[in-house]
Amino acid sequence: MIRDITCIACPLGCEIKVEDTEKGYLITGYTCLRGKDYALQEVTDPRRILTTTVAVEGGVLPLLPVKTDKAIPKDMIFKCMEEINKIKVKAPISLGDVILENILNTGANLVACRNLDVRK
Amino acid sequence: MEYDCIVIGGGPAGLAAAIEAKDNGADKVCIIERDRELGGILNQCIHNGFGLHEFKEELTGPEYAYRFIEEVYKRDIDVYLNTMVMDLSKGKEVVALGEKGLMNFKAKSVVLAMGCRERTAGAIGVKGFRPAGVYNAGMAQRLINMEGYLVGKEVVIYGSGDIGLIMARRMTLEGANVKAVVEIMPHSSGLNRNIHQCLNDFNIPLLLSHKVVEIHGKSRVEGVTIAEVDNKFNEIDGTREYISCDTLLLSVGLIPENELSQKAEVTLDPRTKGALVDSNMQTEIPGVFSCGNVLHVHDIVDFVTRESRIAGRNAARFVRGELNNSKYVDVYAGDKLNYVLPQRIALDDENGALICFRSRKIYRNPTVKIYTDDKLLKEKKYKIIVPSEMIQIPLKSDVIRDVKGSIRVDIEGEEND
Amino acid sequence: MYDCLIIGAGVVGAATARELSKYNLKIAVLEKGTEVCQGTSKSNSAIVHGGYDASYGTLKGKLNVRGTRLFEDLSKELNIPFDKCGSLVLAFNDEDEKKLEELYENGQKNGVKGLKIIEKDEILMMEPNVSREVTKALYCSEAGIICPFNATFAFIENAMDNGVELFLDEKVIGIDKGDDAIIVRTEKGIEFQTKILINSAGLYSDEIANLAGDYEFSVNPRRGEYRILDKKVSDIVKHVIFTTPTKAGKGVLVSPTVHGNIIVGPTSDPIEDKEDTRTTDLGINKVDEVALRLVPNLALNETIRVFAGVRASISQGDFLIYESKNIKGILHLGGIDSPGLASSPAIAEEVRDFVAKYINLVKKTDFVKERRAIPHFYDLSDAEKEEILKTNPNYKKIICRCEMITEGEIVEAIHRNAGARTVDGIKRRVRPGSGRCQGGFCGPRVLEILSRELGIPVEEILKESQGSNIVVGRTKGVL
Repeated sequence: MIRDITCIACPLGCEIKVEDTEKGYLITGYTCLRGKDYALQEVTDPRRILTTTVAVEGGVLPLLPVKTDKAIPKDMIFKCMEEINKIKVKAPISLGDVILENILNTGANLVACRNLDVRK
Repeated sequence: MEYDCIVIGGGPAGLAAAIEAKDNGADKVCIIERDRELGGILNQCIHNGFGLHEFKEELTGPEYAYRFIEEVYKRDIDVYLNTMVMDLSKGKEVVALGEKGLMNFKAKSVVLAMGCRERTAGAIGVKGFRPAGVYNAGMAQRLINMEGYLVGKEVVIYGSGDIGLIMARRMTLEGANVKAVVEIMPHSSGLNRNIHQCLNDFNIPLLLSHKVVEIHGKSRVEGVTIAEVDNKFNEIDGTREYISCDTLLLSVGLIPENELSQKAEVTLDPRTKGALVDSNMQTEIPGVFSCGNVLHVHDIVDFVTRESRIAGRNAARFVRGELNNSKYVDVYAGDKLNYVLPQRIALDDENGALICFRSRKIYRNPTVKIYTDDKLLKEKKYKIIVPSEMIQIPLKSDVIRDVKGSIRVDIEGEEND
Repeated sequence: MYDCLIIGAGVVGAATARELSKYNLKIAVLEKGTEVCQGTSKSNSAIVHGGYDASYGTLKGKLNVRGTRLFEDLSKELNIPFDKCGSLVLAFNDEDEKKLEELYENGQKNGVKGLKIIEKDEILMMEPNVSREVTKALYCSEAGIICPFNATFAFIENAMDNGVELFLDEKVIGIDKGDDAIIVRTEKGIEFQTKILINSAGLYSDEIANLAGDYEFSVNPRRGEYRILDKKVSDIVKHVIFTTPTKAGKGVLVSPTVHGNIIVGPTSDPIEDKEDTRTTDLGINKVDEVALRLVPNLALNETIRVFAGVRASISQGDFLIYESKNIKGILHLGGIDSPGLASSPAIAEEVRDFVAKYINLVKKTDFVKERRAIPHFYDLSDAEKEEILKTNPNYKKIICRCEMITEGEIVEAIHRNAGARTVDGIKRRVRPGSGRCQGGFCGPRVLEILSRELGIPVEEILKESQGSNIVVGRTKGVL
């Protein structure tokens, strides 16, 4: 099976082909090693950093921006969103606070991306 | 009240400029910010990808902003929040309205860092009805990411700029059905990475060479009619297609917000829609500097930071009476460039100059050449240059010191679609 | 039991309510929209015409001239933004010039003051940006520009200050003759009884007339498409610049607005649906073509908005103001298209005279004739600004940065009589969202203020009509 991957490492956008052969993956069409690594990762274990928000109680804003501190498997994005949407955190919050540990056993923590003060 | 340097706008440009002005010897520095907190538009850009150049890591917008906000608060810099500058004179008098009422300031130097605004449905003349449900992507981004409101459930996005792509993913993650991203150009104006991770990951179609020809729905958007366009952007007969949706998000370009600059009689460049500046980011009014998206629209915040530091540093030099360049030459954009900045270079400045430009088209394996008359000052090879990515090239002072005539920047290489 | 019930709160209904509120009458206005000024009054050229155009002997001719004259004092009493900037009808050839002569003659007969035909040199001196192809022009010093929204708001606010009641979201679905009253039923099932009924329902005036059993006219809606240009190009013209009129109407104009923008339009195209306010490529192209013939350097690329309005035209051509053949005491105001805005105060006088036939009109002794405008903070003097800031901290906060509108102005727009309930209502009263960013920045803030001041959730805030909710829900079910 051959997968076509458009590289995202730079604006060049190389069209990389990854072929699953008996001897392993055959990767062609890349210009740099970053592209080669990216293509292999996309084929074997695509991952993304998930950035979203969680509900906040008593904060100056009703939402806190959060991210996973590691990339999570791509197919876990919506499942993680479901978990994240159940959470409600309480202000005050500091940037870097862990909001949820090891979300759905992905090994990634959900962390706060900003400080959020208490609403007066 | 008197300041050495008044920075107007507390987004990434203003933050970097204020810190740099302070660190370079401007004693009394303030930032005037209209919003309720510093950080500007970064606060609503909760996605990651910021800071690769500046910090060698991927940060979200709020995290990137925080690194600078922290630095501002470590220093003795006055910050006026919820404060709007109402007037700015050529003589650097600032009238602002805020929590303390009307305030009159006098500045030795001013840094314009007001950012930009989005082009609207009216400006691009989308036809049809004008119902609720047509929003600029940035406004929707604020409502969704900061205020907790969902603007719609079935969405078409017009324009494939990065904000549009980012919003396609955000709306999807929040449960909306993004039916298509419609782009009038034959290529996206967003980053590959965003096309891949914001659209392809979620199977959202990107319809290139298409335009929205009509908005339907009297009260709330009920759908849009789209059509394919030819290379002159004219609709191709028989290609109309109706997409039902309750929301149309627009991501069709950004425009520097220079109304205030114009009050101070700052001359604008019709191409960038920002101020004419020299290599010190100084406008034609001595002591008034401009940087960030109010100067020209950037795609990478790290470049805003870089440019704004130059503005801040030179605002401080101006205050200290050390900005005394006397040899200037004009800089021209070659045919293949959309524009070039700065429009003038101070040849006798120890810091050299930072050339910024955007190309008109896509070029593969091009060389950027910077000439004075027929003499090549600098050349740099690229794998690719695309209109959506600004190029910055520093010119060291020894390269330009002896330049006599004007400077021209152009691309050599083949066009490519 | 009301003495007088007015159906429709456009500029004519509002002007009528205000005129009648001078007398000891119990008056109510019924409006089907979520706010006043949502029909033809909200989208038109915003011109107070000189009155030379409508043929001598017509009601339009008579009421336009009278209305335009009345606006001079009214604009001062009620603080309506009005600028008697004058108009120029441009001629480009012999045929046009002949038409100018006719207009001039007709204007003289109508009693229009300040008319004269001027030569090319003078035209170009007055308006250096009009086409050099111009040969002659009809100048009218009496014509002006007005804010049609704030004209309507001013009339209704002042009418309410003087006791008039306003019912919004009340669509009339039945009109019957009772024993000693006219009975008006609304969709919500409310019954109003009145001695006199005024049908100022604009686009729907024919349908209201039908409810009363009258079938003398039917509205043939005609759409007009426009562009609004950014304030930065406002210097292009100083007068209302018309093309020479044809049978289809006054044609496309290029004019300043009282807010400092430039308005360009309209087209005049028959449409089926009275609510078909769509803009079209065809229409806007037509506007552009004529506009550029008048003002070749017009910066159409500085457009901030395209929009369309619908005229309540009827086949008779003239205003058709008549008493119901079926039920005594009902007055129909039919065919109020251009110059309806200019004529509105004069139409109100016609209504007053009609009411006087049935009811002995006694002037109120406590009539308040003045209405204060919502101050535009930015335009005030420093002393005035300081004064207002002392008493009202809401003015410290700029919400709309394009038009420099403070929270104070928005809050006042909400709490006035017939106050704003919708985002468009705020925009029409105090302008956030009418600037170049079109609400991109101030939109979320305006939502928040409306929600807070009206005590309703943001999800329920409308853009304008029922169903035009701005947001559809909350993310994460927050708050």
